[in-house]
Amino acid sequence: MSKTNEVLEEVTIRFAGDSGDGMQLTGTQFTHTAALLGNDLSTFPDFPAEIRAPQGTLAGVSGFQLHFGSIEIFTPGDQCDVLVVMNAAALKANLKLLKPGGTIIANADGFDPKNLRLAGIPDGHNPLENGSLERYKVHVMDVTKMTRTCLKDSGLGTKEIDRAKNMFVLGFLYWLYNREMDGSLKFLRDKFGKKQDILDANINVLKAGYNYGETTEAFDKRYEVRAAKMPPGTYRNIMGNQAAALGLIAASKTTGLTLFYGTYPITPASDILHELSKYKNFGVKTFQAEDEIAAVCSAIGASFGGSLGVTASSGPGIALKTEAIGLALMLELPLVVIDVQRGGPSTGLPTKTEQADLLQALYGRNGEAPVCVVAAATPADCFDMAYEACRISLEHMIPVIFLSDGYIANGAEPWMFPQAADLKKINVKFIKEKNAGEKYLPYKRDEKLSRPWAIPGTKGLEHRIGGIEKQHETGNISYDPENHEFMVKLREAKVEKIADHIPLQQIDSGNDKGKLLVLGWGSTYGAIRMAVGKARAKGLDVSHAHLHYIKPFPKNIGELLSRFDQVLIPEINNGQLVKVIRDKFMIPAIGFSKVQGLPFSATEIENRINEVLKK
Amino acid sequence: MESPVTTASNSVQKLTSKDFASDQDVRWCPGCGDYSILKQVQTVLPELGVAKENIVFVAGIGCSSRFPYYMETYGVHSIHGRATAVASGLKASRPELSVWVTAGDGDLLSIGGNHFIHILRRNFDINLLLFNNEIYGLTKGQYSPTSPEGKITKSTPVGSIDHPFNPLALAMGAEGTFIARSMDRDPKHMQGILKRAYEHKGTSFVEIYQNCNVFNDGAFEVFTEKSSKKGETLFIEHGKPLLFGENSEKGIRLDGFKPVIVNLADGFSASDLWIHDEKDRVKASMLVRFFDNPSHAGHFPRPFGIFYTEDRYCYEDAMDRQIAENIAKKGEGDLNKILRGAETWVIK
Repeated sequence: MSKTNEVLEEVTIRFAGDSGDGMQLTGTQFTHTAALLGNDLSTFPDFPAEIRAPQGTLAGVSGFQLHFGSIEIFTPGDQCDVLVVMNAAALKANLKLLKPGGTIIANADGFDPKNLRLAGIPDGHNPLENGSLERYKVHVMDVTKMTRTCLKDSGLGTKEIDRAKNMFVLGFLYWLYNREMDGSLKFLRDKFGKKQDILDANINVLKAGYNYGETTEAFDKRYEVRAAKMPPGTYRNIMGNQAAALGLIAASKTTGLTLFYGTYPITPASDILHELSKYKNFGVKTFQAEDEIAAVCSAIGASFGGSLGVTASSGPGIALKTEAIGLALMLELPLVVIDVQRGGPSTGLPTKTEQADLLQALYGRNGEAPVCVVAAATPADCFDMAYEACRISLEHMIPVIFLSDGYIANGAEPWMFPQAADLKKINVKFIKEKNAGEKYLPYKRDEKLSRPWAIPGTKGLEHRIGGIEKQHETGNISYDPENHEFMVKLREAKVEKIADHIPLQQIDSGNDKGKLLVLGWGSTYGAIRMAVGKARAKGLDVSHAHLHYIKPFPKNIGELLSRFDQVLIPEINNGQLVKVIRDKFMIPAIGFSKVQGLPFSATEIENRINEVLKK
Repeated sequence: MESPVTTASNSVQKLTSKDFASDQDVRWCPGCGDYSILKQVQTVLPELGVAKENIVFVAGIGCSSRFPYYMETYGVHSIHGRATAVASGLKASRPELSVWVTAGDGDLLSIGGNHFIHILRRNFDINLLLFNNEIYGLTKGQYSPTSPEGKITKSTPVGSIDHPFNPLALAMGAEGTFIARSMDRDPKHMQGILKRAYEHKGTSFVEIYQNCNVFNDGAFEVFTEKSSKKGETLFIEHGKPLLFGENSEKGIRLDGFKPVIVNLADGFSASDLWIHDEKDRVKASMLVRFFDNPSHAGHFPRPFGIFYTEDRYCYEDAMDRQIAENIAKKGEGDLNKILRGAETWVIK
């Protein structure tokens, strides 16, 4: 039977199944292939905190959403066109995310009486049979059965055979979207190369899924999504945590400083550790400490020794590091603190995203303790901002908190990666000679108000530094009231001075003045960008600016805000940046918060833009 | 970037203890045992042949943690309990430095207890000096994790109900590779132990009984005062029998696994006694348990000296070895290569 090809501009697929069904892998593989084909894309893994929650239950559903297209893609998609569900629970948990008229690809075996019961669906109400899905195009495939048939002679046990069923789905989707399987075949060979039987099984099932598409009569149409028109260049696919790790290595390599990464495992930051620990041939020293406090303190120790000291965590761990971050700012040593934010407070929602650590980053320390705070907007931007965090920290001798979050940390996008030679230069120098005649003054400052970095081993510059208030310039312990006030103000001025060394705030899209500015920071970038684009296409007077530097703000931000009648600030928290903007610039900025552990959809922001402009 | 470290051989002229004293006034209470420790450290350092600039003292918070300010070396006065963590990062990144940690019993064993056990198992080549005065001095007199049961302090007006740590037993349990005890009132002994601590490759843990004459005066006087010292202390040396008493007339003998106190006058000779072997983990584990309250009848004398030493690889060396092996295997890291990643595509 001949099948027709339809060309689509963009597609959103959501893979959902039990957390043991391998949906993250399926999604990642499909993403990878889409990237190599030149599609623009954005992904959103959405998984439960439990590694293996009870099988078949709603709690155990793991999802992976991929939005790819031949047009510019900024978000993983508000709703999906295609929902792949491996069981009844996955359908129940995700159906609301499927567009009306969308396609459901369901694994029949996942809708047996046991799975229906586990999903809490009453007897006789199998959604695949009771007509409740008639608004959608439903394709039921017996994935489990076909996988087992395909591997009946493989010699593998049922458990191992069933583990390959995600490959069937992947193979089928490759057929449906006219994709090559080469990338995934290579991936499987790398992954299972030493286990020939498992490798063969996965390859056979992948091909079986593809061939099923060819032979089944259930699908008369295949789809094609062509390469996107992106700026010319060489691209790769990248996830946020991966990009952050590369940013750190790049800073280490361009400065010649050893990268010391002291950390403690925590979701969703651990992947940075996994990534960095692979790069020992870059001299990277990863130290998995006994706790969060030891992690940050070890980085401070390394920094005192002249390394690029970095620590990372998520909200709960940052809370534990708080006192030590205060120490680093008193010692005035470089320290990069990465906070891959997740839902809070306390343990909160470990695998879900949130932007609720902004105020913690800005203010969460005892005493007057200003540090620099920067944030990444997209997965690839994690590279730039991690690199910037290192640059600022080293050039200004100050702790820098780099905010990422679960959404961009685990999300992926195409990245036109830079060449090492094109990276911004980072000026680091260790002082070798006394800086005040016969004496070395460890807290004597340069024009940036930054102090010199004299590292152990430098003859004649032996000195002691500590967390106790210190005398200006000498660094000796001082309890003098006037000196303390002077030092507090000096440390604040030092952070503000960074504004002279960062880019001015740009308008991301829209006019540079007008009725409404949507001001974002961090991972809301894609959703705001899309929403503003759509609103502007409808003729609305709205612009978008996105903050990468939050402490200090770019110097022109106050003036930029004043050119708009209203300012709308969407955040995945209960309204944090909006407080800072109101406080600093005394404008009635409008907050727009969502605190569901999920990113904004572009539609939500577009609706809010409409509401604000209607008033 | 190039490390500015100079080697000891080409940079050290003969230094004296004065060279290691900073220009800061020492501000411990007059009569504090910390003065003695400072003196012994400053006396020993010139003999070690390490250039001043290659030495770093790291401390947390507490009276003893002011120590780095008084040393004309590099120094960090960090935050409460975390000196060992700061020192770990420093040593990992700069293995060639001589790193010393000074900490009190509250700092190291209470708030810093976690880091204490982990530095011991990792075995960074660091010298870790515990100034044990069995009290919180800087906060003006609360009981500490080494204060004895029943101790009357500001926070325990009717006596402490906390059972104390035995720091050396804790260090044995945490896989320490150098475990020793000394006292502020025996300068010669302390100097000897400090030298051995420096020479040991690995985390050298030295507990020093240190008198706080303001908040806990006389806590160790039974061990330090002339009248009782010989009968209550047991100075242990590798290869020598365990002897103590006014005229070394008493000894420790092992009856199976049970140590017993014997009188040489009862017909025992040195060869019948427990011969100290600092490499013997089982015996060291028994020896650190000589921790009885001296007021209890039949108690064992308190041992001083080096209880246990073990040769085990240091964390920082293993870390550098992995890096060197990785470079040998894969070549020096190429930034452009990893920025590029495994797969790319071109948009024209």
